[in-house]
Amino acid sequence: MSSTILISGGTLPDGKKSDLLIKDGVIAEIATAIKAEGAHTIDASKAILLPGLVDLHTHLREPGKEDAETVESGSRAGVKGGFTALSAMANTSPVADTAGVVEQVYRLGQSAGLLDVFPIGAVTRGLEGEHLAEIGAMADSVARVRVFSDDGHCVFDPLVMRRALEYVKKFDGVIAQHAQEPRLTQGSQMNEGIVSSQLGLKGWPAIAEEAIIARDVLLADHVQSRLHICHLTTAGGVEIIRWAKARGIDVTAEVTPHHLLLTDELARSYDPVFKVNPPLRTESDVMALREALADGTIDIVATDHAPHPAETKECEWQEASFGMLGLETALSIVNKTMVETGLMNWSTVAERMSYAPARIGRYSHQGQELAVGAPAHIAVMDPTQLFRVDRDLVASRSRNTPFHGMELPGRILATIFAGRVVFEGSHA
Amino acid sequence: MRHLLSISDLSKSDALQILNTAEELARVSDGPMKKLPTLRGRTIVNLFAEDSTRTRISFEAAAKRLSADVINFSAKGSSVSKGESLKDTAQTLQAMGADAVIIRHSASGAAQRLADSQWMAGSVINAGDGTHEHPSQALLDAFTIRKHLAHGGDDLTGLHIAIVGDVLHSRVARSNVLLLTKLGAKVTLVAPPTLLPVGVESWPASVSFDFDSVIESVDAVMMLRIQLERMTELFFPNAREYSRYFGLNKDRLKQMKPNAIVMHPGPMNRGLEITADSADSARSVILEQVTNGVSVRMAILYLLLAGSQEIGASE
Repeated sequence: MSSTILISGGTLPDGKKSDLLIKDGVIAEIATAIKAEGAHTIDASKAILLPGLVDLHTHLREPGKEDAETVESGSRAGVKGGFTALSAMANTSPVADTAGVVEQVYRLGQSAGLLDVFPIGAVTRGLEGEHLAEIGAMADSVARVRVFSDDGHCVFDPLVMRRALEYVKKFDGVIAQHAQEPRLTQGSQMNEGIVSSQLGLKGWPAIAEEAIIARDVLLADHVQSRLHICHLTTAGGVEIIRWAKARGIDVTAEVTPHHLLLTDELARSYDPVFKVNPPLRTESDVMALREALADGTIDIVATDHAPHPAETKECEWQEASFGMLGLETALSIVNKTMVETGLMNWSTVAERMSYAPARIGRYSHQGQELAVGAPAHIAVMDPTQLFRVDRDLVASRSRNTPFHGMELPGRILATIFAGRVVFEGSHA
Repeated sequence: MRHLLSISDLSKSDALQILNTAEELARVSDGPMKKLPTLRGRTIVNLFAEDSTRTRISFEAAAKRLSADVINFSAKGSSVSKGESLKDTAQTLQAMGADAVIIRHSASGAAQRLADSQWMAGSVINAGDGTHEHPSQALLDAFTIRKHLAHGGDDLTGLHIAIVGDVLHSRVARSNVLLLTKLGAKVTLVAPPTLLPVGVESWPASVSFDFDSVIESVDAVMMLRIQLERMTELFFPNAREYSRYFGLNKDRLKQMKPNAIVMHPGPMNRGLEITADSADSARSVILEQVTNGVSVRMAILYLLLAGSQEIGASE
């Protein structure tokens, strides 16, 4: 791998075609017809060049569940999907609620060396929702944690949520809330509605998400802090975020690729590969989410990449784990649902999948425009190339992709992280 | 037809074929030789991962009257309750050469998982999956209704049936709504609003919270078992209040049409959803449902398994 890389003939997010020369980890030149003798050349003549994608919501499972994923295997899945930064969720074992654990995850990311791994710290000790985790120690550690989340669990107690929102202001932090009213979702298996009524699976009502979002935007307003809503899934949730932003409340929101494409109709198979939390919703929710992502009500796409070992998915629906793989297919699904539909152009994709998540996470060397002097974190994707998702060919250690067998548009040709080619696919 | 998983997989003519076959088989059962040689040499497994003595016995009797070998795999002491996965159990049964598995399971969709997976090759018969469906119960209910009320008609056109009680958690209700309406009947669900699923408006049935306004016009009432633990889950305040609004008692019995019948899938909570005098009244066909259950399940096994044998015999 040479230290000089020439990406030739690619299209920048703004639509201009240009060559791009990378030297010493930064973008050295952007011009037409760059000559670079001996440089590693990537033919991007059919490709879009995007700033390296930044995922604000990834489950890397290490420490504790290394049979499902490791920081290293998750990093490989990430670069295969065009990501140059991941945010490792705190629900590991042990929980990332101390400086020790977040530093361990951070170092594992560095030693894998494929992309930046930014640990997310727990909001509460052991994700139990009662006592604040060591927020300051995690923020001041080498991992420099800025995003705090009990994801998988809702910070349900309103007083705990208020204190957390207030406390992270000292560190310019943000609370990323998994919005799920626990009493309304006890034993819930899928979206509550027509399909659940017929399948006899316990419903997870949209209101259980919306009620927490409504409470938390009001709390964030009251204490003047920064709130991020994880994996928004409902049309009603979109309306509340829209209202909150119009009021000037400092709230951001994310949507996952699977919630942009799939609906609860898939539960009719009883195949737990479609079981996820929050659950797949209805067609009208999907349309509301797409519209909200296009108009900026939803700020970012985040994968909620959730690897699980086979035995927790090869079973009855109600016994199965919640969660889906997402890293390797995220950009293709955004291409399919947002770009090909005309809802978004590539510069908006760059905003939603790179600049904005980096801003929310305060990841200063990530999410920068492709410009001379910027760190060379780049995803090269041919948006027209179709590929069939094959769960046996994923880079992840797990194979619980709900997109298995689907043909998706957009193949990552190469991913460049800090001036190094960390992924290069076969040219078709 | 290879499996019986859900009523929604059956066409009207499939359903009628099962009912008609059951009628023929019932005649055999009434004769001196109860046993038919049809499924000799076939192995049928009763995989009961949830307690249900009556359904298991009914399927067992049906299989034995068709001369099949029956293996009972019950919840108590079985590997399912010891944490072995459904996959491992299915693969074990496959390795033992089961031709059909009759599965009762607490998880909705368990039967379909078994049928759709590559874990086993035999037929799968859903004997009740969680709160999803119980197709053989609906078929025996339709059989019983037809016998009493169809006046020689093939289907249930023109009949009005009330299904009363815990619709939310009832697999019997889900299968019956689909089947009875498929056969031309009108169905009204009567339940407290708490025990109806969100989304019930998509079902082919009307809904009432008022049993008394419905009971005068129906040809059959199907009472559902109510579990007492629903009280602690806040679905209704107490047993007395539930019985008062949704129980079948002597007064309500009197309001019914002259030939209307009383049904219950069992086991009953006498005094809760049904009073003893209602259960034992002349209108009650509850024991007949049990008898018909064997004939209907014989028909299901016969149609699923004997057909494939004929194909094998033609070589």
